[in-house]
Amino acid sequence: MKVIKGKQSIEFEKPPYLLSWASVVAQKEGEGPLGDFFDQVIDDPFFGEKTWEMAEGRFMKQAAMLAIQKAGLTKNEIRYAFAGDLLEQNTATSYGLKDLELPMFGLFGACSTAGESLSLASITVAGGFAEHVLAAASSHIGSAEKQFRFPLEYGNQRPLSATWTVTGSGGFIVSKKKSPIKIRGITTGKIVDYGMKDPMNMGACMAPAAAQVIYQHFEDYSMAPKDYDAIYTGDLGEVGKDILIRLLNENGYDISKVHGDCGLEIYENETQDTHSGGSGCACSAVVLASMLTRKLINGEWKRILFVPTGALMSKTSFNEGESVTGIAHAVLLEKEET
Amino acid sequence: MRKEPSKQEYNQMVEEMTPKHNCFLNCIKAFVTGGAFCLLGEFMKQMMMKYWGLGKKDSLMFVTIELVLLSVLLTGFNLYGKITKFGGAGGLVPITGFANSVASPAIEYQKEGQVFGIGVKIFTIAGPVILYGIFSSFVIGIIYLLAKQWGWM
Repeated sequence: MKVIKGKQSIEFEKPPYLLSWASVVAQKEGEGPLGDFFDQVIDDPFFGEKTWEMAEGRFMKQAAMLAIQKAGLTKNEIRYAFAGDLLEQNTATSYGLKDLELPMFGLFGACSTAGESLSLASITVAGGFAEHVLAAASSHIGSAEKQFRFPLEYGNQRPLSATWTVTGSGGFIVSKKKSPIKIRGITTGKIVDYGMKDPMNMGACMAPAAAQVIYQHFEDYSMAPKDYDAIYTGDLGEVGKDILIRLLNENGYDISKVHGDCGLEIYENETQDTHSGGSGCACSAVVLASMLTRKLINGEWKRILFVPTGALMSKTSFNEGESVTGIAHAVLLEKEET
Repeated sequence: MRKEPSKQEYNQMVEEMTPKHNCFLNCIKAFVTGGAFCLLGEFMKQMMMKYWGLGKKDSLMFVTIELVLLSVLLTGFNLYGKITKFGGAGGLVPITGFANSVASPAIEYQKEGQVFGIGVKIFTIAGPVILYGIFSSFVIGIIYLLAKQWGWM
């Protein structure tokens, strides 16, 4: 079997497993349609901390600790951690995970971080460099709005294409040890730039990146949409979902029957007033750690493609007139037959 | 991918597929919201003139101060955002919107300290309005001065 597959993919010879997963979210997410599936819903948006940044870190720490605990491990057995968030200098990750004292790789992939961390964790385990690796990603509406947009109390009208940053964190233990979910392979995305300038329309900024990586995944694996029970993008929202399906349709792949978007699952857009859906690193991470893993475990699905999507931008690049580029990373998950 | 749209085609596609707020409806909401603030101001002015015995000029000044206070309180209770969400420019443009844009960073950045937090960042949103407001009145002032000097006015 060839491990290096096609142009951008890997198919692991000895696939690593998703040994455990944990999702910790805030109240709004807890009130959403997936509310019952999350491991913990924290009502205090500050999670006992004083600032949004530290609160986000606390969410990540909680998700990491829960994932380790659910795997039946102790933190000393975790060889590496791959984690990231949306903030400048990965503030939440650095402060959130410092107490766990793990050998650490901090990542930035915007909202695609869950895919990036899972990819790298899988490579590390499959390569034989570690037994158990932690992958985590977090975001927080307070810290994200403060960094990218306006203070929370500032009144303005959000466009219909805008998304709502998910508060929470998802943690995963990728391991050599067998579990019901296997990571068969990954497809790593490229930075895709279509000159989009509207950060309030993230779905449109990221959809081409998602389309590119999903297309390449099909090519590399010589598979088609019908081979998957579900293909889940991270946070494209209503607008991005339509664009993605159209872009892939033009390339001969009709994913409309199997495609879902984590951002569209986490909130009830109409009643929770979230406009185009959820977003943020935590969006895809907590949806994977709740709904997607559940459906794999109970046998409803056998094979899914998990594709977190990220918009690579900063406030500075936006003010300097640069476009919002997109990236997406695909992780191929399969139910392990026992 | 085999078939990729050009940047231009893609922009057009996004334009077509992105839903927008209904402009006409938004204008009506803005009119009602902004109008409500003006009506409130006028009511306060009349009341102060009648019961506090203030002159027109003084009561107008008081109206400004009171509306700012009201907006800051509403911001503190996280209610002003809801007004602007409904009313759009009707909530942003009146002096209450301006007060909201100063009070909200004060709350948000308070944790970064009195100097580097509140001090530096309190005008992040209102700053440009103040700067260009003063600058444009300066330019108009010069035009006015010259026009008067040369007997155009």
